[in-house]
Amino acid sequence: MAQSLAKKINKNLVDVRDLHKDYYTVAGTISVLKQVNFSMDTGDYVAIMGPSGSGKSTFMNILGCLDQPTSGEYALDGNQVAKLSANALAQTRNQTIGFVFQGFNLLSRVNLIDNVALPLVYAGVEKTERQARAKVLLKKVGLELHMQSMPNQISGGQQQRVAIARALINNPRLILADEPTGNLDSSTSEEIMALFSELNQDGISIILVTHETEIAAHASRQVRFLDGRIVQDERSKEITSRLSMEAS
Amino acid sequence: MFSAMLGEAWRAMGANRLRTFLTMLGMVIGVASVVLMMAVGQGAQESVKQSINAMGSNLFIVLSGSFTAGGVRSGSGNSSTLTVVDANAISELDGVANVAPISTGGGQAVFGSNNWSTTITGTTPAYLNIRSWELEDGFVFSASDMRSATRVALVGKTVVDNIFGDIDPIGKTIRIKQNPFIVLGVLKSKGQSLDGRDQDDTIVIPLTTAQRKILGNQFAGSVRQIIVQATTPEMMPMVEQNINALLHQRHKIRDGADSDFFVRNLTAVANSAAETTRTMSLLLGAIASVSLLVGGIGIMNIMLVSVTERTREIGIRMAIGARERDILLQFLLEAIVISVIGCLIGLALGISGAMLVNKLAQAAVVISGNSVLIAFGVAASVGVFFGYYPARKAARLNPIEALRFQ
Repeated sequence: MAQSLAKKINKNLVDVRDLHKDYYTVAGTISVLKQVNFSMDTGDYVAIMGPSGSGKSTFMNILGCLDQPTSGEYALDGNQVAKLSANALAQTRNQTIGFVFQGFNLLSRVNLIDNVALPLVYAGVEKTERQARAKVLLKKVGLELHMQSMPNQISGGQQQRVAIARALINNPRLILADEPTGNLDSSTSEEIMALFSELNQDGISIILVTHETEIAAHASRQVRFLDGRIVQDERSKEITSRLSMEAS
Repeated sequence: MFSAMLGEAWRAMGANRLRTFLTMLGMVIGVASVVLMMAVGQGAQESVKQSINAMGSNLFIVLSGSFTAGGVRSGSGNSSTLTVVDANAISELDGVANVAPISTGGGQAVFGSNNWSTTITGTTPAYLNIRSWELEDGFVFSASDMRSATRVALVGKTVVDNIFGDIDPIGKTIRIKQNPFIVLGVLKSKGQSLDGRDQDDTIVIPLTTAQRKILGNQFAGSVRQIIVQATTPEMMPMVEQNINALLHQRHKIRDGADSDFFVRNLTAVANSAAETTRTMSLLLGAIASVSLLVGGIGIMNIMLVSVTERTREIGIRMAIGARERDILLQFLLEAIVISVIGCLIGLALGISGAMLVNKLAQAAVVISGNSVLIAFGVAASVGVFFGYYPARKAARLNPIEALRFQ
C-alpha cells in the first residue's frame, strides 16, 4: 500500500519486468536470475540482501548496464536499456549512474583529484572545469587536504569516500553501491552509511547491495534475494510513515 | 579530452619505466639503423653519381684500331686511322651534342727548378664542355689558338701543386718537352676517376699544338681518340649506329672486314656502377627495416602484456563511462607515443652515427629530409599497426569480466 502511495508522488526510475539471466557453462545452463520483477522510484533508497550466489550481484550489474539480461525488460528512467547502443550504454553509465564498489576500484597510479575527475574526461569536459568540480566533491566528502595524494596513501574509508565523490561527479540520478562497506571496519562503515543517507536526503536514488542487516537498515526498503528470485520486499516502518506524511 | 588521454599515456609509460625504455629501445635501434644505413647508402650513391658526372654524361669514345707490323699487333688507339676530319664529320650527325678529338702522350713539365711528368692532352675547347670541367682561374684557349697552334696550356691541380707550389700559375711560362707554354688557366679539381686515376694530373693544350710540337704523330691530323657526347641518353643507340656507319663509309671498310676503330659506350660502365650502389643501399635499407619490424613486434608484445595487466583498470574505466573507442584510443596513443619517442631518439642516434661514420671512415654520407621523414612515418605507422590489435583487445573486453579480473 505504501508503495502505491509513493508511486503517485515519484517518477518511476527503475522498472524491471520478468528478468531472466542464464549463464552457459560446460556443466550446463545456470539460471542466476529467475523471473525478477522490481521497480523503484526516484529518491528511494533500496538495500538488496541475500546470501552469496543468490543473484544479487548479477542483478546489480544488469541495473548498472554492465551486463545484459537473457530475457525480460529493464527500463531505466523510462528508457529501454536493451535498445541502447554500446555507446549509449557507456553514456548512461557515465551520466545517469554512479558506481561504488566493495574494493573501491580507484586507479592506483592516479592522484585523488584526477580519480574523481575521470568520468568527466569521458563526458568531454574541459580540464579546468574537471578540476574545479572534483575539488568541490572532494571537499564534500571531507578530503580537500588530500587532493594530490595517491590512493595507496590514504585509508580504506577515505578511499571509499573518494570513490563516492567519483560516483557523484556527473550528478547521477542513481547510485549503485556493491558491498560498499565490505572492506571497512564498523566505525568507518557507519561514516560511509551516514554519507549515503545524506546523499539520499539530497534526492539521489541509491541501490545498495549488502549481506549485513545493520547496513541494510539504513535503507528505506529491503529486498531479499534467494536462488535468483526476490523472496522478500519490505519498507522500514518509520520511513514508510515519513513518506506517507510527505504525500499527504 | 585528447590532451587528457596523452597525459594518461605518459603516466602509463612512467609507471613502468624500465619496461617502457626496453620497448622503446627496439624502436630506437630500428630507426637509428634505417637512418644510418640510408645515409651510408645514399652517400655511396652520391659519390658514384659525382664520379659519373665528372666523367661526363652520354659519352662514347671512338678509338682508332690496332695496326699490325711484322706480325706484331699493336693495341687499340695506336694506329693513326682516326683524324680530325672524322671528328668533324661525326659532329654533323643527328643527336650529337659535342665532339672532341684527343691526342694524348706523356711529357715532362718544367717550371723554374721544379719538374713533373704528366699526361699531355691535346684537344679542342669542346673537351672541357663534354667533361663538364670548369676552370678555377684564367680562361680556356680559343678557336684561333687552335688554328695557329699557339703554345698555351691549362694545367690540372696536381700539376700546379707539384711545380708551382704557392705561386700563382696564371701567365707563367712552363716548358713541356723543351717548348715554352704560357699557362692560361687552372682546371678545377675533379679528384679520382671511377677506375682510380688522378684526373687532375694532366695538362690540356690545343690539339694542333700537341700534334705539331709535342706528340709528333706519324700523320698530320690523326688523333688517338674522339670523345662524342650524345644529346640525350635515348639518342645513344642511334648515335652509336650512325658513328659506325659513317666511319665504315669514310674509312672505306667493306662489309665483313675488320674495322680499324672501336666505339665504346661509357655510360654502360657508369650505369652498372650506379646500379650496384643502388642495389647495395636497397639491401642496407631492407636489413635495417627488419630491425624496425622487430621493434614494432616488441611494442605489440608489451602492449598485449599491458592490456592483460590493466584489465581491471579497463573495467573501472568502462564502469564510469568510457566508450570502446576511448579505451581503443588510450592504448593506441600509448603505442604511438612509445614509437614516436623511440623514433626521435633513434633519429638523433642515427644521424650522429652517420656523422661519426663520415668522420672516422671518411665515407660520404647523405642525410636527406626524405629518409628522416620516411623513418618517422614508418615509426608512427608501426605504432598504429602493432598497437591496434592490443588496443582493440582492450576495447572489446567485457566490463564485468574486466572488473572481476584479479
